[in-house]
Amino acid sequence: MKTSQMRTSQRPPWMEAPTKAGLAIKGVVIAIVCLLVLYPFVNIVATSLAGESEITRRGGIIPLFPSEPTLAAYRTIFAGGVVSHALLVSAGITIIGTALNLVVTIALAYGLSRPIVGGRFVLTAVLFTMLFGAGIIPNFLLIKALGLYDSYASLIVPGLVSAFNFLVLRNFFQNIPAELLDSARIDGAGDLAILIRIVLPLSKAVLAVVALFYAVGHWNAFFNALLYLSDTGKWPLPLVLRLYVLQGQPVGGATESPGEAVASIQAVQMAVVVVALVPILCVYPFLQRYFTKGVLTGAIKG
Amino acid sequence: MHRVSRSSGRAPDSGDRAARRAARRAQAGPSLGARLRRDRVMLLLVLPGFLFFVVFHYVPLLGNVIVFQDYQPYLGFKDSPWVGLGNFSVFAEPDFYRALLNTLKFAVLQLVLFFPAPIGLALLLNSIISPKIKRFVQSVVYLPHFIGWVILISISQQLIGGTGLLPQLLGELGLPRVDLMTSSGFFPWLVTLQLIWKDAGWGTIIYLAALLNIDTEHYEAAAIDGADRWRRLWHVTLPGIVPVTLLLLILNLGSILSVGFEQILLQRDAVGADAAEVLDTYVYFHGVLDGQWGPAAAVGLVKGVIGLVLILGANKLAHRFGHEGIYSR
Repeated sequence: MKTSQMRTSQRPPWMEAPTKAGLAIKGVVIAIVCLLVLYPFVNIVATSLAGESEITRRGGIIPLFPSEPTLAAYRTIFAGGVVSHALLVSAGITIIGTALNLVVTIALAYGLSRPIVGGRFVLTAVLFTMLFGAGIIPNFLLIKALGLYDSYASLIVPGLVSAFNFLVLRNFFQNIPAELLDSARIDGAGDLAILIRIVLPLSKAVLAVVALFYAVGHWNAFFNALLYLSDTGKWPLPLVLRLYVLQGQPVGGATESPGEAVASIQAVQMAVVVVALVPILCVYPFLQRYFTKGVLTGAIKG
Repeated sequence: MHRVSRSSGRAPDSGDRAARRAARRAQAGPSLGARLRRDRVMLLLVLPGFLFFVVFHYVPLLGNVIVFQDYQPYLGFKDSPWVGLGNFSVFAEPDFYRALLNTLKFAVLQLVLFFPAPIGLALLLNSIISPKIKRFVQSVVYLPHFIGWVILISISQQLIGGTGLLPQLLGELGLPRVDLMTSSGFFPWLVTLQLIWKDAGWGTIIYLAALLNIDTEHYEAAAIDGADRWRRLWHVTLPGIVPVTLLLLILNLGSILSVGFEQILLQRDAVGADAAEVLDTYVYFHGVLDGQWGPAAAVGLVKGVIGLVLILGANKLAHRFGHEGIYSR
């Protein structure tokens, strides 16, 4: 039924021809899986673009696309200012955070990709953290003790290096042919020059993947923000999203009588969801090919 | 995973490891000072990351001393009174039992329903012959992994919540309009279904890699011996993914008591604490919000220790049955 030969688009000679019924069932199952994943996105975009009257008329269901699309919901959320500010905070955290993540993780992974004094000890210390964490309360007390509470840094520093991403990078660095590094060394390049001129240019794909992991983590960061930020003025997008959509707070500017305005509130809520989704949906198509081509698998198996 | 805590001679040496070993032998020569000088750039590069792990992963371990204290934030670690094992009386309280039972309920459901989902999906993906279609479907099913919980739950609110798509459709069909987002009885299933939507596709990556590693000759030989596609699935494909399945199972056991913390916390208001209190939310609400620092930290610590014991125990068991487990590869 399944073999790696399937990738070459032709059936190996020993394999029986698929039955029509079998193919049909498989096709239907695959189509359903894809629809189950994709349809929710279609629905929320459609709802966010629908006008109040249409939502009321159709009882909240905009199956595919509104008949009179309007950007009213988006105007509402950006008029309030809260969403725009949260968007800025999230973007800032994501950009600065990811840059710091990458610098420190690359340095650590490269440093430990070769046998160095004490390397094994550091590696063991890092890997053990994957098995045992201190827990919510000690982490919270540490952030307070370090004076990071209620600062943007509390959203970045506690997750500076992820042990998993570190492993992915280190594994990749280790598999770079030693001859390449040796020839550079013979030409007089130091460890840092080798990292910058040889290792990093060879690692673009895996760096893109790790950057995506970090960036998505920052963009979606919810619990750390809830735990470490008491000042609502510093809230990133996920907390604002929870406030408006899950806790049903009306977005500034929307009417507050739930009886009449349910429909338009629904569009506004979905508009906030779309705003939170757009960056992910924009970046994903450029990076998904790395996942289907297996940049990660070597590292995961490593 | 790479060898976590020890190496064993059992696994055959990869070239990579042989090279490292040779390098280690070679470096036995120079003195420590010479090696430090030789590695100084590398050591400097390692330093920030190492300090991060010490400060943010190992120092907090010490913070767990508060499980033996009646911790008061204004008194701090030094001056808060010691209470011995007093905080552990929390383990006799009904609130804790409610959280524990819920956690186990979620954990079992996830193990039974979520864990096998990527295996089934990977088998399906692997059976797609056209590489173009296969890659497209892969791209689609990986996507939800990148959707954060807040967004995901907002989406499910829109689709199956009280004013959402599903109740409307049911209403038009003349059926009762159920609100699955606020039903406490459905909540464990809701959580599991959301998890499957988010991560079943992503979970296929590692199984697909294992499936690609199965030698095609096994299939060919089985086919020549007259095995049909189902028997090849049973006798060639499934044995080929047993090691990676065990590996993931062991890793899962370590975090089994951490059943979807953010996901459950976000929906706790909608279904109530009776249905949605798990160990992590218990720690958050009793500790951080209610200020019962000591008892809540005790719950968190015991949970962490159980996770560690489970992962190491399961690994030992895997070794006993002749599998590799998470280390000593």
